[in-house]
Amino acid sequence: MKFDTPAGANPIDRLKVVGKPTDRIDGPRKTTGTAPYANDWHDPQSRLAYGYVVGAGIGKGRIAGMDVSRAEAAAGVLAVVTAANAGKLDRGAFYVARALAGPDVDHYHQAVALVVAETFEQARAAAALVRVDYVRSEGVFDLAAAKDTAVAPKAGPFVSPEAKAGDFEAAFATAPVRIDESYGTPDHAHAMMEPHATVASWDGDRLTLWTAIQQMNWGVRDIAKTLGIAKGNVRLVSPFIGGGFGGKGTILSDAVLASLGARAAGRPVKVSLPRPLMFNNVTHRPATIQRIRIGAGPDGRITAIGHESWSGNLPDGPPETATEPTRLLYAGPNRLMRMHLARLDLPEGGAMRAPGEAPGMMALEIAMDEMAERLGMDPVAFRVLNDTQVDPENPRRPFSRRQLVECLRRGAELFGWERRVAKPGQVRDGRWLVGMGMASAIRGAPVMRSAARVRLDGRGMVTVETDMTDIGTGSYTIIAQTAAEMMGLPLDRVVVRLGDSAYPESPGSGGQWGAASSTAGVYAACVKLREAVARRLGFNATDAVFEDGQVRAGNRSEPLVRAAAGGELVAEDGVEYGDLAEWFALQTFGAHFVEVGVDVDTAEVRVRRMLAVCAAGRILSPKAARSQIIGGMTMGIGAALMEELAVDARRGFFVNHDLAGYEVPVHADIPDLQVSFLDEIDPAASPLKAKGVGELGISGAAAAVANAVHNATGVRVRDYPVTLDKLLGGMPEAA
Amino acid sequence: MACASAATAMAAMPTGTSARPAGGEQPVMAKVGLTVNGERRELELDTRTSLLDAAREHLHLTGSKKGCDHGRCGACTMLVDGRRINACLTLAVMYQGSEITTIEGLGQPGDLHPMQAAFIRHDGFQCGFCTPGQICSSVAVLREIEAGIPSHATADLGKVAFSEDEVRERMSGNICRCGAYPNIVAAIREVHEGARG
Repeated sequence: MKFDTPAGANPIDRLKVVGKPTDRIDGPRKTTGTAPYANDWHDPQSRLAYGYVVGAGIGKGRIAGMDVSRAEAAAGVLAVVTAANAGKLDRGAFYVARALAGPDVDHYHQAVALVVAETFEQARAAAALVRVDYVRSEGVFDLAAAKDTAVAPKAGPFVSPEAKAGDFEAAFATAPVRIDESYGTPDHAHAMMEPHATVASWDGDRLTLWTAIQQMNWGVRDIAKTLGIAKGNVRLVSPFIGGGFGGKGTILSDAVLASLGARAAGRPVKVSLPRPLMFNNVTHRPATIQRIRIGAGPDGRITAIGHESWSGNLPDGPPETATEPTRLLYAGPNRLMRMHLARLDLPEGGAMRAPGEAPGMMALEIAMDEMAERLGMDPVAFRVLNDTQVDPENPRRPFSRRQLVECLRRGAELFGWERRVAKPGQVRDGRWLVGMGMASAIRGAPVMRSAARVRLDGRGMVTVETDMTDIGTGSYTIIAQTAAEMMGLPLDRVVVRLGDSAYPESPGSGGQWGAASSTAGVYAACVKLREAVARRLGFNATDAVFEDGQVRAGNRSEPLVRAAAGGELVAEDGVEYGDLAEWFALQTFGAHFVEVGVDVDTAEVRVRRMLAVCAAGRILSPKAARSQIIGGMTMGIGAALMEELAVDARRGFFVNHDLAGYEVPVHADIPDLQVSFLDEIDPAASPLKAKGVGELGISGAAAAVANAVHNATGVRVRDYPVTLDKLLGGMPEAA
Repeated sequence: MACASAATAMAAMPTGTSARPAGGEQPVMAKVGLTVNGERRELELDTRTSLLDAAREHLHLTGSKKGCDHGRCGACTMLVDGRRINACLTLAVMYQGSEITTIEGLGQPGDLHPMQAAFIRHDGFQCGFCTPGQICSSVAVLREIEAGIPSHATADLGKVAFSEDEVRERMSGNICRCGAYPNIVAAIREVHEGARG
């Protein structure tokens, strides 16, 4: 099916199943421990062996020598894989770091060996016997120090190194009201609860991986390319994934090493990355330094807006695209966005929940708060005034749907924003200084080619198969809702099978494209199945109504199940997108409102209340969508107040490489969070008129918290996270 | 045990050079009998086997998750003799004769424990990986409050009562990176109120 004109009326609009706050269909399995994740896999028929990864002990250099003899001789050891015996390895087409070091070491904790043994305990003990002699070389580990070496990154599908409109420098120089500030965001870890894990099994030349990844199609491509085997000989299975947030985009060292280990041992091998290895072995959200310049007239209208960002990465790695949201969020005729990329020898920087928007909005939305303060305007009113309904770089290109102003206004009303005292440091509640802050949210709504297969069987059950993944997003549920709506069935008549590369190809979970894309693919397959059903039952497909398990046209009605009486009906199709994204700017929008308390003596910050109002097209499952938003808000609170990978700039590694040192929000940090969705459909986005919400919730969230801290204390922190040491020097005198 | 503890200590020092057990030395094995989810199980284990790995790798009860393997995330939480424990931080051979309840023992699809059902109703999970630990912890937290065991959030140590702040404090050893916290608290509240009403 081609989707190249905005959707008209279709069976989804009935909203008998879609749009209902249904419980997740995978809930009973996930709450009883019966949902199989990658390293839960076992087969009583095959004797599983265990692999333990040894990570490099230096940040950059080379392996001068390795002695694996003691490890090989240790009890239970079946094989030790190193670069010396692994054979030629390539890299995948997405991540740039090599899965196995040797002789060069490119970053700290890059794998240098995999020890495979009969048991986990034996593999771990033997891994400690691997002796590695390194020759350390000079590396570049400090972004601030490397800033002046940064160059323009290569342009790519997700990277626009520079974007301009009008004459920014001239307009900024003459603007009556201006700010020019620098902001810092640190390296962040995905820290998903499930460590990267793979069970690999060879059958001759054929490789099966039970693994934890977000995009099966990238995974098949990348493991085949890395190992130099045919894509057709690879099968990936990921029915349940314990969180990804961009960190499991495609295969990583666990998959490569498990494959090599299984080949060497001649048995299936299970490899989980130990938690303390994860933070330096795999990818992270790279730190940024950002400069934001905004110029406005005394009336508050923005005349010039400039946003530059510096980030670092391994050679060939991409930049953090922090300037992206500023291209579209606010009006202003004179614009300049520029990315700079330095070479760093830290672990690889990669995509993490809302790449670009998350760190970009952490800076931009503080800058907007500062600008409103300088103008003497309310921060909500300042944003409303600078709304735009067209792409500011290309005014002929409208937004498909943009309700930012409505989000801001509804949020202000629901939150009680009018009670905010504009002058900072004025509100006390016992030992707490209380402040309110807000920020806008924006996140792209990309859609990608996606396919599915649907079956109608003789019991009247519809089964959907697609290699889409559910990383906690609710894919199982929204896909079931889509098929149920299309086929006129209740939800419990639909079975959904995901996460198997043998199924039709989807774009997987990433970039907030999964929900809209995968349900569109299921929609297309269901259109085909409806045609097959209509033919079988002697209806004209365009007239037939599928409802309540019946197919009706004119005054004739037949049970749907009868169409499969002569055998299962199977239909397969996918959606392909035309150029609607060139005609329309496709984005999701929101507004965050936060109230914090800051301890008057210790400057400890506690979030007391938080609200997000979101506009993201048709909300397919309000329950799962709300959960996605509060999850993004929670990660935003983490980014605001605690999350930071501490760089050892001499030795070149992230020091706090476990969940004790890398702090993420826990129950005690998070109050009840409120979410409100605007009623919206977006016909240009997909046949379901839906967009994603998985990343919108984090966009702007951290800045809203930081702005609330400023309102509470009068201290402006521009270098995340906003920890008490940065506040203490500027706190108002305790009364 | 000496061999086992030496090897465990070595694991933290991959490039260590001093005294090591000789290569090829066989692991120390021990028998342990446990009652797991009401069923008597006899195991012969490498003494270094954690309670978590005994359940996951030897009994194939994979509901309890290994999120960090060092007591920082709570995904492995089980109930041992009625109290919650991080099963990754303790050795299976220490539990001869104990009653172990894992997530599988609380309820199954079609026959859910009230806490499992409440988690589904309130969407108290997303990816589901921390969920078995969250649910085991939730069940134990309500028992701890019922038993009058105070927490850091208890204002008056003599009066331990249910509150959302008590729940948030007591559940803070169970990390949910998806951020389902408000929904988890709502689920626990519902079960608490159901149990009282």
